[in-house]
Amino acid sequence: MSEAFFQFVLKHRLLVIFLAVTLSLLMGSGVKQLQFSNDYRMFFSEENPQLKAFEQLQNTYTKNDNVLFVIEPRNGKVFSRETLTAVAALTKQAWQIPYSLRVDSITNFQHTYAEGDDLVVEDLVLDPQLLTEEQLADKQQIATSDPLLVNRLISPNAHTTGVNVTVQLPGKKLTEVPEVASMAREMVRNLEADYPHIKVHLTGMVMMNNAFPSASMDDMKSLYPVMFGAVILVLVVMLRSIPGTLSTLIIIILMIIATMGLTGWLGIKMSPPTTTVPIVIMTLAIADCVHILVNFLHNMRDGESKYQAMMESLRINLQPIFLTTLTTAIGFLSLNFSEAPPFRDLGNMSAMGVVLAFLLSITFLPALMMLLPVKALSGDTLGSVAMIRFSEFVVRNKKGLLWGMGIVILLLISQIPNNRLDDQFVKYFDETITFRQATDFTTENLTGIYLVEYSLESGETGGISDPNFLQKVEEFAQWYRQQPYVLHVNSITDIMKRLNRNMHEDDDDWYQLPDQRDLSAQYLLLYEFSLPFGLDLNNQINVKKSATRFTVTMESISTQQLLKIEESAQAWLTEHAPGMRIDGASPTIMFAHIGSRNIIAMLKGTTLALIMISIILIFALKSLRIGGLSLIPNLVPMGMAFGLWGMFVGEVGLALSVVTGMTLGIVVDDTVHFLSKYLRARREKKMDQEDAVRYAFSTVGTALWVTTLVLMVGFGILAFSHFQLNAGMGMLTAITLGFALIADFLFLPPLLIYFGGKKS
Amino acid sequence: MKPILIPIVLLFAPAMALAATAEERGLDIAKEIEVRDSGFHDFKATMSMLLRNKHGEESLRDMRNQTLEVDNDGDKTLVVFDEPRDVKGTALLSFSHKMGDDDQWLYLPALKRVKRIASRNKSGPFMGSEFAYEDISSQEVEKYTYKFIDEGEHEGIPSFILERYPVDPNSGYTRQQVWVDKERYIALKIDYYDRKNSPLKTLVFRDYRQYLDQYWRADEMYMENHQTGKSTLLTWKQYEFRSGLDDGDFNKNSLKRAR
Repeated sequence: MSEAFFQFVLKHRLLVIFLAVTLSLLMGSGVKQLQFSNDYRMFFSEENPQLKAFEQLQNTYTKNDNVLFVIEPRNGKVFSRETLTAVAALTKQAWQIPYSLRVDSITNFQHTYAEGDDLVVEDLVLDPQLLTEEQLADKQQIATSDPLLVNRLISPNAHTTGVNVTVQLPGKKLTEVPEVASMAREMVRNLEADYPHIKVHLTGMVMMNNAFPSASMDDMKSLYPVMFGAVILVLVVMLRSIPGTLSTLIIIILMIIATMGLTGWLGIKMSPPTTTVPIVIMTLAIADCVHILVNFLHNMRDGESKYQAMMESLRINLQPIFLTTLTTAIGFLSLNFSEAPPFRDLGNMSAMGVVLAFLLSITFLPALMMLLPVKALSGDTLGSVAMIRFSEFVVRNKKGLLWGMGIVILLLISQIPNNRLDDQFVKYFDETITFRQATDFTTENLTGIYLVEYSLESGETGGISDPNFLQKVEEFAQWYRQQPYVLHVNSITDIMKRLNRNMHEDDDDWYQLPDQRDLSAQYLLLYEFSLPFGLDLNNQINVKKSATRFTVTMESISTQQLLKIEESAQAWLTEHAPGMRIDGASPTIMFAHIGSRNIIAMLKGTTLALIMISIILIFALKSLRIGGLSLIPNLVPMGMAFGLWGMFVGEVGLALSVVTGMTLGIVVDDTVHFLSKYLRARREKKMDQEDAVRYAFSTVGTALWVTTLVLMVGFGILAFSHFQLNAGMGMLTAITLGFALIADFLFLPPLLIYFGGKKS
Repeated sequence: MKPILIPIVLLFAPAMALAATAEERGLDIAKEIEVRDSGFHDFKATMSMLLRNKHGEESLRDMRNQTLEVDNDGDKTLVVFDEPRDVKGTALLSFSHKMGDDDQWLYLPALKRVKRIASRNKSGPFMGSEFAYEDISSQEVEKYTYKFIDEGEHEGIPSFILERYPVDPNSGYTRQQVWVDKERYIALKIDYYDRKNSPLKTLVFRDYRQYLDQYWRADEMYMENHQTGKSTLLTWKQYEFRSGLDDGDFNKNSLKRAR
């Protein structure tokens, strides 16, 4: 049947080409609908418990994202007339940022103090130009000693300050984030022009969200051309055939257009991980084309007619290419188990691409090759001479290789536990990205970006005024302030203490929590009354006044360290205030859990894929023994790669935890090609194990190392991505594929010789 | 303007409208509103505020209001809390002024002390509600400049639509668009625009009732915040006009007695 099909393809080549191009472009027309996601929440599925906890917290209190302007005066003095003038100007302007709810800075900070029986509430800095040196020093003293400001909007030695804009994005259009970001950038430009003595850095959640698509675009602009260049180079060198190179390139382009178009039609939003899809599927498509073309050119060199050569190449390649497509697709589809939706998208898009590549390479490729003038090549296209020499080496040293490789493999695998989970989301961007630079500056000079938030429950309406409850909250705050890496703790008790002092003529002895419930409640009313535009109590207290929000700001530490601190916080709460116990919630916490959640999810997915692939191999190869044996070279490369990673890098996160599923399907390809040739030799040519190994090397050896090279180059190029997510994933995948080749060439043959069935 | 002049103004109103600029016409309407609402001397009423967030969580606050009309200046107002229990007796006295900052005193019964609060803040939330202090304090003509926009209707009632622009630089708004009942000269709806001129809130007045055959008061004022999804329903009950209040009921000592 397949023969009839190929005859049809080769005869009606114009029709086939026309249909292939038309259908691809039709699918590709969905490209117009492609959109970039610009919300960090994209990494979390709706069922993610940490996301749910955070959303609940945001529903209870004011939901907000922010833009943080970090102002660095070159003379290192925030409390100078010039710098304060700039801060005040920015504070005023920033209200113009779209969707802004509130602007907070040291200049509009609501400073409250007592003056006899009066309670004065005013901006900390009203008119900077009128301030005397003495007043400046005084303001600095107030700002750097106020727990609400220090390490948040002012550094302890007052050399850096922040202007924080709270925005509430309606979340209806994808243009909201870039709108806010571009306005903020324009303000920075104007401010730096007006006040040359300051430098402004831009960070905050909105800026991070904005960095996702913009860094992705940069990635596409820089990586895609490199990839195309590399592909052309490899193809020219390998195929030494202009028509072959040309048709492969056309297939790659059609396939990428069709895949991205389908993505658009399906409404999948682009994200940093999915920007790698064109590169990933490009490398896989090349493998299909190379297998068909190499055999085709080889057959022509052997004197067959063009038609005969192509028919023969298609005949012997159809099954292995179909099999590798199937297994690769299964591997990619296993990414649907991932906890992070962008990786599910990556898997589905790649699976689509792989299937399209398969379809095009058995229709469009042969049809086009029939049209183009092809010269028979002279020389050793298969590189079989070198491969035969290599196979002799392998067969001769089978025992040494079995033991040597076995030891190396075990050694590497033993290094896997050196890997530690870490998902610091700021580090998802590399140091060339402006957002990362600004955020690094901020964490070093002003405040942290990693937060842990709690909604502490009193258990009754109005219960936050209960002195016992406030006392517990205060103790919790004190406990947290003693923990390492904690920069700032925001607790309602600081406000209570301040108001109590204010109401007692600013007597420091009264800087303590009120001891009656009524008094606390009335202070809250007073506080509520003194709040400026855009702020209400709901920021810190829920509507029923039964719970309060408690926010801890951490330094840049690994998510493991962070989770450890959070764990001891849980222990503290359980011991001292069991009624208040609640898990911390925040984007930081969400990212801290995503790595391990994803690994557990991917273990399930990868196992299922492995079982399916093994069953397919057993049936396709018609051998339980060889199919079972294939498990070893399929699994070992991942173990080796993670072991090597553990030795030299040691940090794994969200992105690396998907590598297993992704590489499994590709690694299997090499094994399939090698084993199918081995079995053909055993069954059709009645060779013994050693000769069958030699045969396998001589027929697919070259194609295997070349396709592996192409894949390693492709994934290796991803290592230059500005997203550490993609870079790490590309790197580890390339390493895994390299190990897969080593395993197939040095470990699988001895295994086959010793365990590959009885001598015939 | 004295009440006696009202018929004359009304007589000439259409002619004036033709001759006047949009600014003048807007100002005339605002003045007319003030004229028609002056002379009530004082009133007492109870207020209850139902605060609701985007997700339907609610809390209720009950208070009493006493207001005294002051000639040539803003009104004096005393607000005393009844609910929640733990703030019962907390009282706020404010003297609003046509120009400059208002005077405010707060009495906290648990502290047994009256504190004067010196603040420029007018734009902050009033007692945690979606009403800003500036929305709820007495609406003097001088607090805004005006512009007549159009005629239209609100829920079937023919209205003037005018815009007013706060004079105070500390206001939270760039402008407010007000629907004024053409016949009764009372506000039916107000759209508030924030400092970046984005729609912020909408206030709707419901169930107007006339007292002393002259003064219209809405039973309900519903304020909705479009940016945060929060809302406040302010319900007025037990209006009592000319209840015999005088200056002596609006000083520091009266704050303590107010419980």
